Amino acid sequence: MGAGKKFWVGGLIIVAALGWLGFVGFQESKAYYITVDEFSSLRGEYAGKRLKLAGDVVEGSIDRSRPQMEFVISSPRSSIRVRYTGADIIPDTFTDGSKALVEGTVAPDGVFEARRIEAKCASKYEAEYDERTS
Amino acid sequence: MADFGNFCLLLALCLSLYALIASLTGASLNRRRIVSSGERAALAASAAAVLAFGALLYLMLADDFATSHVANNSSRSLPLLYKISAIWGGHDGSMLLWVFFTALLSGLVIVQNRRRYRDMMPWVVAVLMVNLAFFLALNLFLSNPFDQLVRISPDGATAPFVPADGRGLNPLLQYWAMVIHPPILYVGFIGFVVPFAFAVAALVTRQQGSAWVRIVRRWTLGVWLLLGVGIILGGKWAYVVLGWGGYWGWDPVENASLMPWLVSTAFLHSIVVQERRGMLKVWNVILVLLTYLLGIFGTFLTRSGIVNSVHAFADSNLGRFFVYYMAFVLAGTLLLLADRQPYLRSERRLDSMLSRESAFLFNNLVLVAACFAVFWGTMFPALSEWIRGTQISVGPLFFDKINVPIGLLLLLLTGIGPLIAWHRTSAAALKKAFFRPAAFGLLALAGLLIGGLRNFYVTVCLTLCAFVLATIVQEFAEGALVRMRQHGERFPAALGRLVLGNTRRYGGYIVHLGVVLMFVGFAGNAFNREATLHLKTGETGRVGDYALTLADFRQGREALYEYGRAVIEVTRNGRPAGTLTPEKRIFDSGGQTTTTVGLRSTPKEDLYVVFTGITGDAFEIKAHVNPLVFWLWLGSGILVLGTLLTLWNWKRSNRPREAVR
Repeated sequence: MGAGKKFWVGGLIIVAALGWLGFVGFQESKAYYITVDEFSSLRGEYAGKRLKLAGDVVEGSIDRSRPQMEFVISSPRSSIRVRYTGADIIPDTFTDGSKALVEGTVAPDGVFEARRIEAKCASKYEAEYDERTS
Repeated sequence: MADFGNFCLLLALCLSLYALIASLTGASLNRRRIVSSGERAALAASAAAVLAFGALLYLMLADDFATSHVANNSSRSLPLLYKISAIWGGHDGSMLLWVFFTALLSGLVIVQNRRRYRDMMPWVVAVLMVNLAFFLALNLFLSNPFDQLVRISPDGATAPFVPADGRGLNPLLQYWAMVIHPPILYVGFIGFVVPFAFAVAALVTRQQGSAWVRIVRRWTLGVWLLLGVGIILGGKWAYVVLGWGGYWGWDPVENASLMPWLVSTAFLHSIVVQERRGMLKVWNVILVLLTYLLGIFGTFLTRSGIVNSVHAFADSNLGRFFVYYMAFVLAGTLLLLADRQPYLRSERRLDSMLSRESAFLFNNLVLVAACFAVFWGTMFPALSEWIRGTQISVGPLFFDKINVPIGLLLLLLTGIGPLIAWHRTSAAALKKAFFRPAAFGLLALAGLLIGGLRNFYVTVCLTLCAFVLATIVQEFAEGALVRMRQHGERFPAALGRLVLGNTRRYGGYIVHLGVVLMFVGFAGNAFNREATLHLKTGETGRVGDYALTLADFRQGREALYEYGRAVIEVTRNGRPAGTLTPEKRIFDSGGQTTTTVGLRSTPKEDLYVVFTGITGDAFEIKAHVNPLVFWLWLGSGILVLGTLLTLWNWKRSNRPREAVR
């Protein structure tokens, strides 16, 4: 077998192994990325699946007095209560009214248990003069 | 001044289009004067674009809040430095920074090379101008930083509007690394247009010889360095400012910068195969093309919002144009490549698996696979939405699963590649080259296992680090010993002359040394520990070997913010280990909070303490113990020095020879 062919065989083995690892990693970490509205209208379909919910943090809903912080996120038509069970610190961008992305599953009591919170990224910080801009 | 800025942008756009047409016409008709006219127009276009940037700088410094971008990103009380960095603190201004750097680089390339590479230059100018014109048009028509604020009254009439003060710069961006990180990263993205332009020009004009390969390689190396520095500074910022305890989270924006870095790293290695053996010519053009496209793609990812928020694609008018542009560049280059296939025929075949060529091939395969995996993971939400209507995102676990083994494979190749010969290697030569490094690696492995290490990946990683380190030391030592024997020099002098005599080779080894140290830092990740402590004043909590006592809690205010500061006395195994003062700041403008991390860094481990807030009557402290992070920063520094060493000599040895022509 020529060296060129050997290289391709070796390469294929490596790529196949990586592909398999990728598939396993994908299965273990995939999350459905939906808005709170979409979640509310299709609740049954997403039961037990890992979700990434996007919505706005309702003003005044952040409750830090409990051992696990709770808050409410909403889309235009619906909202859901979220309990943060993760270990990472909550990002500084997470405040009343910020856009948040919570990752986790729905607990039996109907509260969304989030293991990760992302809040709107700093590099896209654009403020609210927009309505007055030409 | 805003009108002047707009005028400059428009002028630059017209000039760049003229330069494009003149260069193409001049080159096809072989008319030197038209080509020169195109070059001069290109220089003028660059100058006009730089002036446009100057106009925005002036508006920023003059607190011209009638301009929307200034009002949204700056304020009167902002320190001077941040007033400047506020230019790229928002979307429109950062696009102008892009144009600014593109213009500067284009101008520099034209001035440097127009006498040296007469035949290629018209095509180089044409490619540079297509690139510049695209970004100028985006800036002018879709994200104009010179837009003025207007007030719309209920009856629909509009009037100029000047707010009393601006909204200020996002406090998270008020950090030294965030001032220089975006500019450096941007040059790292757009700089790849230069190698791309030369590759296209070389294809069009069917260049013989390796003169163009040298310039492409030198530029790529310089831009690769800046991109790497940009990525590292971004990691440093995330570590010190964001306060979540890590420096890399496989965020789309991070991935966007990693992808061109991976492919350009592949190119820097495979171009050596082309220089030495005349192989991989088509592949190298593809790598240059991919690197350039991924740079553009990086901007697209960070600017279009395609992956960050749900269904963002629809409301981004910018994204569409990026897709058109990338499709145009891709199709154009591939067509050209197909047409020039005969000229790119390989001069040799791969003779043996045990050859340096083959090590380089595997290096390329693995780097491109890593890039593909990152691309796939980053784009999967968008792809799955496109195909199935639901966005499915993948987590850090996916990226780690693939990229950890890839990293280890690369580390192994870093050790093997430099030691095996071109063409083919005999068994005896292999044994001679590898005996000591392999023995050292095995010794390290035994030590790690006896020391109680059981984590598979970490054990492999540290063993490989020891092996590669030994190969590098062996290369330096053997070279120096030969010089000592031949020239009768002492060891330090022999070592110094060895390195300076072939900076390309030994600079490369120093880069590899930096990479090895960075891998030591990565390995530490497996042993990260963290604890959430709820402490009242005077109470003590533990994490790892450390005891943290909350000695005091202070509140106060500075010019721009109020702060709450925890004063924490640290002891390690009972011995005092200093005081840490993590802070939470609440900024006056917008109520944004930021975190200041309390950090105690030693070569063994970092103690990383964050004050997260008050729960009930206790203060909540998150404490992380992150082993070996120190080596990541040290390794990055060495990587930068090695690259500089490699770059430095090329200038000295190559420039005079070429200037004579």
